[in-house]
Amino acid sequence: MSVRVLDSPFDPWACLADYQRQFDAEPGAFGASAVFVGTMRELSAGKVVQSLYLEHYPGMTEASLEAICGEAMQRWSLHDALILHRTGELPPGEPIVLVAVWSAHRKEAFEACRYLIEELKSRVPFWKKERSAEGSHWVAANTPP
Amino acid sequence: MHTPMVQIQVRFFASLRERLGVSELSLEVAEGTSVSEVWALAAPGQPLSENVLAARNLEYVRLDCRLADGDEVAFFPPVTGGER
Repeated sequence: MSVRVLDSPFDPWACLADYQRQFDAEPGAFGASAVFVGTMRELSAGKVVQSLYLEHYPGMTEASLEAICGEAMQRWSLHDALILHRTGELPPGEPIVLVAVWSAHRKEAFEACRYLIEELKSRVPFWKKERSAEGSHWVAANTPP
Repeated sequence: MHTPMVQIQVRFFASLRERLGVSELSLEVAEGTSVSEVWALAAPGQPLSENVLAARNLEYVRLDCRLADGDEVAFFPPVTGGER
């Protein structure tokens, strides 16, 4: 499993392709892959957002991401799991997070992928500050699932 | 008996950091000082609101957790705006 915090734009699909290359050495080792990509929306609570600033707690962020990945790996006997997460200033349209899991069957893959993104949202120390025409404010409520 | 003094590092993040105007400071406190007591020393006169989260050495802790020499204590608002 692997977790990474990135401070510059990334292409989740290219990163995924790179990461999966290691699986070439073990063909047929899993039967299901589930992928979630979260992207910066332009509309938030009905307002046009010009940019999003993502702050985090270096060290604790990585430790919490590793903790939730470890929990998912164990609970669903996953083959592998990957989380990439952006920090810093993002314009609308840019990818924020990639969650990918590989398992024997689809049930585990879907459930583990969902678990990881929901745990990330509630436990990992990231904070969002939105900038709009009206100024900047810290986001005080989670987005709907 | 005299309680030994210990050195701890205090950090604030996001809206808390901006409201208090400080991101990081070092404090000398009595050994066994709790996380909420550290708040009172680090942010004097500022109420510790109910939704503030605390971490000790990169792990979530309760506000009554007691501290040891070299600990790093962090205070921050709910993460990603979500609830724990």
